[in-house]
Amino acid sequence: MATEKNRFLRGDDIPRSEITPRDVFENRRRLIQFAGAAGAGALFGNATQARAQSVSVSPDPKAQKLSARPNPAFRVPDTVTPYQDITTYNNYYEFGTDKSDPAHHAGTLQTRPWVVSVEGECQNPKNYAIDDLLKLVPLEERVYRMRCVEGWSMVIPWIGYPLAEIIKRAAPTASAKYVQFITLDDPKQMPGLSEPIINWPYSEGLRMDEAMNPLTLLTVGLYGQVLPNQNGAPVRVVVPWKYGFKSGKSIVKIRFVDKQPPTAWNTYAPQEYGFYSNVNPQVDHPRCSQATERRIGEGGYFTPKRPTLMFNGYGDQVASMYQGMDLRKFF
Amino acid sequence: MSDTHPRPAVAKPISRSTPRAAASTARMGTDARQMRWIKIVVFCAALYPFARLIVFGLTQQLGANPIEFITFSTGTWTLVMLCITLAITPVRKLTGVNQLLRLRRMLGLFAFFYGTLHFITYIWFDQWFDLHSIFHDVVRRPFITVGFGAFVLMAALAVTSPRAMVRKLGGKRWQLLHRAIYLIGILSILHFWWMKAGKHNLAQPKLYATIVAVLLAIRVVYAVAARFKRPA
Repeated sequence: MATEKNRFLRGDDIPRSEITPRDVFENRRRLIQFAGAAGAGALFGNATQARAQSVSVSPDPKAQKLSARPNPAFRVPDTVTPYQDITTYNNYYEFGTDKSDPAHHAGTLQTRPWVVSVEGECQNPKNYAIDDLLKLVPLEERVYRMRCVEGWSMVIPWIGYPLAEIIKRAAPTASAKYVQFITLDDPKQMPGLSEPIINWPYSEGLRMDEAMNPLTLLTVGLYGQVLPNQNGAPVRVVVPWKYGFKSGKSIVKIRFVDKQPPTAWNTYAPQEYGFYSNVNPQVDHPRCSQATERRIGEGGYFTPKRPTLMFNGYGDQVASMYQGMDLRKFF
Repeated sequence: MSDTHPRPAVAKPISRSTPRAAASTARMGTDARQMRWIKIVVFCAALYPFARLIVFGLTQQLGANPIEFITFSTGTWTLVMLCITLAITPVRKLTGVNQLLRLRRMLGLFAFFYGTLHFITYIWFDQWFDLHSIFHDVVRRPFITVGFGAFVLMAALAVTSPRAMVRKLGGKRWQLLHRAIYLIGILSILHFWWMKAGKHNLAQPKLYATIVAVLLAIRVVYAVAARFKRPA
């Protein structure tokens, strides 16, 4: 037990290939904890074991591999969420409102050919074919926390490179204050667009310094593979200190603008979803407390939720950008 | 009908297969055994959603977020049971099947059963018995406030559901109290609607709101018709 514990705590230098065994180990530990849980241990013990085994079956053998250098500087020590959970439980309203809908319906998304237009207030606007975008900068793997505004979270090994690489090449002008991200808007590929739930296309945005922050990742893969369609293929952004909906998926336009751009959920309900939407346990959502979160894949039925961290635990890297701002007002 | 077909001698005469036949008041007294079987079947059917959760729980089919699944499932089935309970009177009046009335208490108690599971899931697995946080939620979040209100009312109706309580309270007062089910129906819809409104996902709340609205509207129509009839 002691040696296994040490292995768990070893920190940032664990190679990619170690992740899955660690999960299995974690699950085993959960099983032990679980067996102790009052009475119910006997009832649900077998099921937990079944889950522990199924974790190692992923990732998808049919998916295209993507080689990337693990970047230990951007790797949280938390246990990585099982591939199965990451790819079957998420919100992507373009494919339906249930969290199982994206996995069921995203098969219709055509990720080739795919062009990302970098445009707006910049000196070098450019259309990137997706395969050029993939080769622009060497890919790296980063393990980030992902916190959904609904109160659940995951730990995901993403593959990509800093969005700043694209921004630098575009050379934004002095009037570029914000970056807007626009998601594909094609009803033929995205059945959910027939419902006028939000103003399609899905639009998100960051302040320029947020977009340039080294944490902001232009993302093309996860778990050593190209992004599954349901997770925002072929290219998305990941902004780990903000609620998940800020991280736009299946992006076709990256636009430099001078004013705060309209963003999907903020436009729908400005009193509920702010433009910033930084993860903040002290500012409640009107419908739920944001003080705690359910970590997906962690433990059994009797595992309590865990406390949510300010800026999702990325305060050291991002808090300085918001100095002097009232985060209750700019939520 | 059955007379035209030769039947094996051992077959029991259970030819009262249509609900209308079963409802005829003349047979009511002799149908106690049949009613018992109907009750057993309805009881088992009403337990199905609970059994399903147990089986899914044991076979890892509750998805990535089991607690959320259980919360949504028990909440939905509370609403379904409420709708079925609210449907008893309109269906009885429209079809004349008076025996339906004898299933009403059981169905109402099943609504309370699923509501209790829903409530326990919230205070235990979601809030982990954090009374401060629960109190904060109930006071500050309208969708939880109305859900909690509906649950408290349901508990009051469940406690006063035995026949002895009808006698104790007196028929009139008991009936007045149990009209709270209309309010419970409305509060439950609000609870569901406001919860889903945050993500603008209203297809299901709209469906249930329509069902409850129709079931309540039928009562209004009957009440108005009765008032017009009286002076005549």
